[in-house]
Amino acid sequence: MKPALKALMRAMICGQLWLAPVVLAVIETYEFSSPDLELRYHQLSQELRCPKCQNQNIADSNAPIARDLRVVLYEQLEQGATDDEILAFMVARYGEFVRYRPGVDRNTVLLWAAPGLLLTLGAVGLLFHFRQRPSARSTDLTEAEQAEITRLLGELRD
Amino acid sequence: MQAKKFIPLVAFAVLAGLLFRGLSIDPTELPAARLGQPFPDFAQTELISGRQISVSALAERPALVNVWATWCYSCRVEHPYLLTLAEQGVPIYGLNYKDEPVKAREWLAQLGDPYQLNVSDVEGSVGLDLGVYGAPETYVLDAAGHIAHRHVGVLDEAVFKRDFSRWFPAVASPAVAAGPEGGQ
Repeated sequence: MKPALKALMRAMICGQLWLAPVVLAVIETYEFSSPDLELRYHQLSQELRCPKCQNQNIADSNAPIARDLRVVLYEQLEQGATDDEILAFMVARYGEFVRYRPGVDRNTVLLWAAPGLLLTLGAVGLLFHFRQRPSARSTDLTEAEQAEITRLLGELRD
Repeated sequence: MQAKKFIPLVAFAVLAGLLFRGLSIDPTELPAARLGQPFPDFAQTELISGRQISVSALAERPALVNVWATWCYSCRVEHPYLLTLAEQGVPIYGLNYKDEPVKAREWLAQLGDPYQLNVSDVEGSVGLDLGVYGAPETYVLDAAGHIAHRHVGVLDEAVFKRDFSRWFPAVASPAVAAGPEGGQ
């Protein structure tokens, strides 16, 4: 293949990858009274999880329930609700599940603590690993073993 | 030193245990956030009569609140069983969720009406307050008017016996099924 063609194809593939998330988002138009509200709408709609489709946020999902939640989100933002109030409203109805960043409670404490725990565990493991190695290496050879090695090396040379 | 040999085995066993447990968890089943709370109040029209109703219309308890719609295929599947339950004296209230009232009335005329009354929730606002995320869903309203249980998906005899008979003990045995349950 010609280098120019190759470069073109590479550019096309990169372009598509870059475009992918944009294509996924649902196209809807809301008239916001201020750009600040619009920004918060985008942030919150990406942080709220669609109850029906599970692994999509409500911004990306086409499910009717996600659409309903976007409408509620829009209305509440326009009515002047704070982010916390909106999240509390959603959680009261759909549980902590609806948040991609759930609050710390009995069910989620392990989830929140896991990265720190694993990191600590890994660090401790590494520490032990490197501590033990030198001591295993430094076992001195007996005189007989040393003689054997010298003999074997001598054989190899011949 | 000897114990160290078993670390991979233990790690494998723990991981296998967790994954095996994961097999029997249905990720589409969400814990109901409204459990133990009073049924949210609403102001909607009743599907058949057209009169304005609020939560006080759901007076007969314990009762079922069934979320259904004509666009929901599974609702058609569970409909005959709802008729059976109604015959056995279980009070069932319908929440006609995001549906066209005309179609819904047609459905009830054709397939039979197991409901004491139907809350016509065209906009889905009652459903939203309740935390409904699909249809069918069936809730138990206990004697105090609190939401005691939620079932997502088709309600059939096996599910009813397993999860619902606590509130409707008379339904469990067919011999006393004719007696009114929770009525006056």
